[in-house]
Amino acid sequence: MAGHAQPAEDHDGPVSTIDRVVALQAQKRTLPPRERLERIFQVEGLDALYGGKPAVKDVTMDVYKNLVTAIIGPSGCGKSTFIRCLNRMNDLIPAFSQTGTIRYHGQDITARDVDPVAVRRNIGMVFQRPNPFPKSIYDNVAWGLRVLGLKDRLDERVERALTQAALWDEVKDRLKASALSLSGGQQQRLCIARAIAVEPDVVLMDEPASALDPIATSAIEQLMHDLKSEYTFVIVTHNMQQAARVADMTAFFSISRGDEGARWGELVEYESTEKIFTDPSDKRTEDYVTGRFG
Amino acid sequence: MSTHNLTKAALRAEGLPRRRAMNRLMELVAWLAAALAIGILVVMVWSVARRGAGALNLDLITKTPVQFNFGNAPSGLSNAFAGTLVIVGLATAMALPVGILVAIYLNEFARPWIRSSVSLALDVLNGVPAIVIGIFVFGLFVVGHGQSGYAGAFALACLMLPLVARSTLEVLALVPASLREASLALGVPRWRTTLSIVLPQTLGGIVTGTVLAVARVAGETAPLLFTTSIVGTQLHWDPHHALQTVPVAIFELSESANPADHAQAWAAALVLLLFILCTNLTARWLATRSRRKITTAR
Amino acid sequence: MTEIEAPRLSGRRFRPGDLSLQTVAGAAALAASALVVLIAYTIVRDSKPAWSAYGLGFVTRAVWDPVKHVYGAGSFLFGTVVTSLAALAIATPLAIAIALFLTELAPRWLRGPVTALVETLAAIPSVVIGLWGILVLGPVLRDHVEPALHSALGFMPLFGPPSTTGSSMFTAIVVLTIMILPIVSSISRELFLGVPRDLKEGALALGTTRWEMVRGVVFPYARGGIAAAMILGLGRAVGEAIAVTQVIGSTVSVSANLFSTGDTLASKIAASYQGAEDKAQVSSLVYLGLILLVFSLVMNVSAQLIVRRVVRRQGTSTRAGVA
Repeated sequence: MAGHAQPAEDHDGPVSTIDRVVALQAQKRTLPPRERLERIFQVEGLDALYGGKPAVKDVTMDVYKNLVTAIIGPSGCGKSTFIRCLNRMNDLIPAFSQTGTIRYHGQDITARDVDPVAVRRNIGMVFQRPNPFPKSIYDNVAWGLRVLGLKDRLDERVERALTQAALWDEVKDRLKASALSLSGGQQQRLCIARAIAVEPDVVLMDEPASALDPIATSAIEQLMHDLKSEYTFVIVTHNMQQAARVADMTAFFSISRGDEGARWGELVEYESTEKIFTDPSDKRTEDYVTGRFG
Repeated sequence: MSTHNLTKAALRAEGLPRRRAMNRLMELVAWLAAALAIGILVVMVWSVARRGAGALNLDLITKTPVQFNFGNAPSGLSNAFAGTLVIVGLATAMALPVGILVAIYLNEFARPWIRSSVSLALDVLNGVPAIVIGIFVFGLFVVGHGQSGYAGAFALACLMLPLVARSTLEVLALVPASLREASLALGVPRWRTTLSIVLPQTLGGIVTGTVLAVARVAGETAPLLFTTSIVGTQLHWDPHHALQTVPVAIFELSESANPADHAQAWAAALVLLLFILCTNLTARWLATRSRRKITTAR
Repeated sequence: MTEIEAPRLSGRRFRPGDLSLQTVAGAAALAASALVVLIAYTIVRDSKPAWSAYGLGFVTRAVWDPVKHVYGAGSFLFGTVVTSLAALAIATPLAIAIALFLTELAPRWLRGPVTALVETLAAIPSVVIGLWGILVLGPVLRDHVEPALHSALGFMPLFGPPSTTGSSMFTAIVVLTIMILPIVSSISRELFLGVPRDLKEGALALGTTRWEMVRGVVFPYARGGIAAAMILGLGRAVGEAIAVTQVIGSTVSVSANLFSTGDTLASKIAASYQGAEDKAQVSSLVYLGLILLVFSLVMNVSAQLIVRRVVRRQGTSTRAGVA
């Protein structure tokens, strides 16, 4: 059953444009009712702090399996911080601390006895700026496979990953060439190939297309759509149209202010993408998606 | 296949315990290596301190050495300390102005190709072994004229020059172009700008660099062996003749068979080590202070 | 009506002050460059009697006989090569491990102090290290370490009969290792600090351990710089005269046994400062110095070239990465 958007009254230009976009995209997405979706992440009361100062406060939300979940919001609202909590990447930052729980398939990954290496094995990440290793294209994908013990049928796995990342045709004749000889868009797709080659459960994407041109961007968005059945994607994006295009669920974060200039991010609303863009419950969400601020 | 269970049992199939063990092993190796380095340092300094403190007394700097001291005549190394003071002082007087001028030339006046050639020359000079500098100065000044404090000082100055030039160059480069431009825009001539505006900004860095160079050169023995080592036991301060120096004295005493000589060597080594460690600490403290000044000024 | 005199804007471009500063500073720069040339010239000139008499064969002849006036660098070249390479082989992995400790593993509050301590090791004068080597290290090696090694590994000619005085090539190797450790370590540390964070995060995000990340990303990235660091360390070891001459025993010998005495190019020169009288011996000593000079120049220049190539490569790689 296709979810469809009600044609909204013509408020302003931006709203109706997004309506149209969402309506177009809605045909591609069939969102079952919430109760039937499998939860892969359960975040409860998450606070993330740098040097004691909160960056993100009191986030509670569930991420569902095999969906694309977008995190949107103005810059500085802690989207990247939040997503990095999901795979314990913030451990690498010295002054970082967090409270609250994050359950992954029911297991609390913030617990002391959980090995971040194991967490990251299952929850991969693609970063904002492409960061291929200074190795050949082949080795960029193969290195992770070798280290993690997936050495069998290496060539096959590399080809499959590059194909899924929509990069195989462009590089199949020069696998030994340095990864740094690729263009930015190709490098980012290589990073995606590298991440999915090791068959994680979830792929986190921190503004993966922000440094790329529109063509490369749409290649990546198509990729997410095609691979949704095998992986769960969580994507941070500052581009609302991108969220509207690719995401099934959208979480809107906003900046709250406190005394003495303190600022932190809070989860304002988390709904299906349709609802966020056509009928948001919170005024802040509405202001943001209609372009009134942020 | 991806695993969802993060407990140890489920991950055994993937070899994670083995990989974790390897990780821990390498961590251990790194910790041990660091401990080893620090251990060596501690052992060395402790040896010098323990053995040197025993023989450390005022005689060391007030009495001259007594050859063939089979009795217990008070003996010291006053000539060596005097010589080191004179020679290191002379070396600094030779190297400092030249080093600063070279740095000024490279930073303010030199065209790129000149700058890279002179820099290369300085780097090469820095890489010449100290013993080779010693026989160079020997061939230049000592042959035919005999050893002298001046020759020794010149040898040390050759070692100091690249150090002073490099550290001065570093701080000169830190002076923002806007400062120079402001001065020049007021009509102040170039030479005045350099000397009165730019140079004073760099004084802290120059002092630090010089202090470090002095510390480095005060302990050098090799350049002095061929230039100022054949000395008597009297105390004198005239650089026209060869002067005894602390490092050479330690060197000679260390090769002797007499344990009393060894004790004196330890004492002198302790004084030398203390001097070098203190000057290094001072230079480091000066450097952090001036860095803080620059960053807060910005 | 008074006439205001227009300021003279044309005329002399250079003020005398400018010119004199530039001249004086330029003279200093010229002098510094000339010094290098002068060093080379003097060494070549003073060794001429030796190389015109003995030619290049001098380099490999392992004889040093002041009585018969037959001189050769062979045994000292052997000593230099063995002690320096062995010290480098031991110091490099240690130094890299220390650099890793300081950049990845040590708790943050510990990093500064330990770095300072390792650098202090570099500040200890070689004569003090040599003194400690003769009177403390040598006896310990002679009494405990060398016999143990000899009994365990004596089947190898490397670990022959232990030394009798504590002075040996082995002691020299230990001393040289201590001396080059800080150099290689501090350069490696700078290199590791320069590895871009997002490269490291990219590796860790795949679920690799820290060691795997270091092996797969940090080491390859820093490879060129570590080569340069090793060359600089080697240069230091080759040029060290004082500490080595204090602990190596000063004999003209070529022996496979690490526990035997010997001499290096630098230590031979240092050992001869009192005795050298006749022209043949002096010029032979300077010939040793010439070989040493050539060695150090070659190593210095190679290290520079490597550094230049590494800097260039890293510059282009970062440029290509941003589309």
